[in-house]
Amino acid sequence: MPKRFVAIWFRHLTTDRMVRRRPELKGTAFVLAATERGRMVIKASSIAAQAQGIHVDMVVADCRAIMPTLQVFDDKPGQAEKLLNALAEWCLRYTPVVAIDLPDGLILDVSGCAHLWGGEQAYLKDILIKLNNYGYNIRAAMADTVGTAWAISRYGQIKPIIESGGQVEALLPLPAAALRLEAGILAKLDKLGLYQVRSFIKMPRTALRRRFGQELLSRLDQALGQEIEALQPIRPIEPYQERLPCMDPIRTATGIEIAIRKLLEKLCERLTKESKGLRTCVLKAYRVDNNIQQIDIGTNRASRNVEHLFKLFEIKIVRIEPDLGIELFILEAPIVEELTSAQDALWNSAGKHNDMRIAELLDSIAGKVGIAAIHRYLPDEHYWPERSVKLASSLEEKAITNWREDIPRPVHLLSKPEAIEVTVPIPDYPPMLFRYKGKLYNVSKADGPERIEQEWWIEKGLYRDYYCVEDEHGARYWLFRLGHYDSGEPKWFIHGFFA
Amino acid sequence: MVSAAVKDDIIQQLKKELLSLQGYKRAAGEQVISFGLGPIEKAFPDRTFPVGAVHEFISNATEDAAATNGFIAGLLGKLMRQTGVCLWVSTKRSLFPPALKLFGITAERIIFIDLSRPKEALWTVEEALKCEALAAVVAEISELSFTESRRLQLAVEQSKVTGFIHRYNPRTENTVACITRWKIKPIASAIEEGMPGIGFPRWNVQLLKVRNGKPGAWQVEWSAGGFQHITSQGLSISTSEKRKAG
Repeated sequence: MPKRFVAIWFRHLTTDRMVRRRPELKGTAFVLAATERGRMVIKASSIAAQAQGIHVDMVVADCRAIMPTLQVFDDKPGQAEKLLNALAEWCLRYTPVVAIDLPDGLILDVSGCAHLWGGEQAYLKDILIKLNNYGYNIRAAMADTVGTAWAISRYGQIKPIIESGGQVEALLPLPAAALRLEAGILAKLDKLGLYQVRSFIKMPRTALRRRFGQELLSRLDQALGQEIEALQPIRPIEPYQERLPCMDPIRTATGIEIAIRKLLEKLCERLTKESKGLRTCVLKAYRVDNNIQQIDIGTNRASRNVEHLFKLFEIKIVRIEPDLGIELFILEAPIVEELTSAQDALWNSAGKHNDMRIAELLDSIAGKVGIAAIHRYLPDEHYWPERSVKLASSLEEKAITNWREDIPRPVHLLSKPEAIEVTVPIPDYPPMLFRYKGKLYNVSKADGPERIEQEWWIEKGLYRDYYCVEDEHGARYWLFRLGHYDSGEPKWFIHGFFA
Repeated sequence: MVSAAVKDDIIQQLKKELLSLQGYKRAAGEQVISFGLGPIEKAFPDRTFPVGAVHEFISNATEDAAATNGFIAGLLGKLMRQTGVCLWVSTKRSLFPPALKLFGITAERIIFIDLSRPKEALWTVEEALKCEALAAVVAEISELSFTESRRLQLAVEQSKVTGFIHRYNPRTENTVACITRWKIKPIASAIEEGMPGIGFPRWNVQLLKVRNGKPGAWQVEWSAGGFQHITSQGLSISTSEKRKAG
């Protein structure tokens, strides 16, 4: 899945905030200023003030000359950052990965989030409307890379959502400043007349590097998605991982057991707090000689039961070769699922308690002999014997149809029907005797035929006429004739044994 | 003069005391499951089919194996009743799940473990027998040594799970620590005179060994969802479930 990012640009972050706190300022010209080298310098100006030509970095005294009614407020240092932090927290409703982009923006990693709002259009619209209602004048854009989203949010003219892979076309008409370049490089580009991205994007990379340095190239790569740009989310996603360094290298199984137990207790404590359960767990043992030993377990159902998980690990401890000793254990849970305590209690209550213990038993069996050995069957709506059962995908899967009782089915079914020789008196009659594996069987009783047609939409082939026969000793067999009697020499097969 | 009824009571009492001296005891709160085995039950100590123990079945021919699995399925159906779950461990399985419906089992309640190595199968059986949540464990393996069977017996003594070991074509019929040894063979089914078709499955049930009981041989039929004992006069009427018409 391609990554998607949203860049939000707060065009008047601090002044909008001021208006939010003092609504009477709305629409008036005011600035926020701070002392710099003994004079008041403007740090932010309201929309009305900007319309009068009052911009950031101007001296307040000059501005008063332009506009005598200008209101001046103190700018608190660090306020923008605090404000962005609060807004980023608010944006966690849209995605778990939100990063602050100083001085006046936010970057959201929205990969796989937009569909929850009914598409990217609706998603972006929701952000815009909500923040606008709070009084913030914002622009936002969505793209595959942070760089492009940033550029479009600041300089884009056409559309805010750049579809996957459309970074190049979107960037071409934008000014060079859209690439987040330093002032020095921008000045150089400007001097050479390279105002737009399109005028230098096709130039040889070596030439660009020589003239403008590596930064231009890496910014360009970041915007195009050729270089990965790491975000620093405000709430880092902590991996489910526990570490246990050892004072002395551990070489015994008992020592490893103690380590696993300690790590599991810590991990399960955290899982309980976050009402989660783990599905897979990996133990890495770092040996003194820099070798890493690894064992992993999986569970059929999310679990945070220390005893159970420990038992699963216990089976595999023999696979660890401690050699000279292990100095560090790391326990990771790569796959974690929701498991509320209510669910936990539910499983523990009378009837379901057994289910959980069976699931735990199957976990340990799967750990020892492999999950492929465990089968559970459900009825399937086919008459063809080989297709009348299907494998269940999970322990909980319920049967949709009932098992048939009205048609006789053998207790033992041969995985492949085996050819037999028969003597048949009249067409469509059961055989009188048959030879199977060199032994002759005299049929004394017989029942049938039960004709089962081949399901032509699945497989081509002849139908089968099944007969239940009993030999003189009382053993019961399931035989069938393939195809019609008239078609030359019909073939006979044995397919099963009745109880 | 002591009346016959009182005498019987005294004999029953003494028999029970003997059993407890021989090491057979039934847990106080244990429910008695009716298997409907009729006269076969007389062979068991205390006249009840021993649950919470390991039973051994031996079969030598393919036909016998099918009959044995049918008989085991009949017992399983009674053990699992409506909700129980059973584990079927096997090294060479040919059981066809839809057939189990005849014995009152919906096959989705059986979890099959198919393994190629007998050692792994034995480990699985032992682990499964330790799990109290299971109604029963069936194992299809051919070889079982005395030591291995002791381990299984120790496991069920704790958990009270019933185990069925079906040994197909074992090299030797060696002594094992199982509570019983059975051999089931199919016998000709009975149909009404002059009617075509095949009757209900019938087996010759041989109980070769039973701890604290009397071995014997019987002929039973599986019909109307239960075991029916066959006497020389035909089906016995004394069985718990009367045979339904049809």
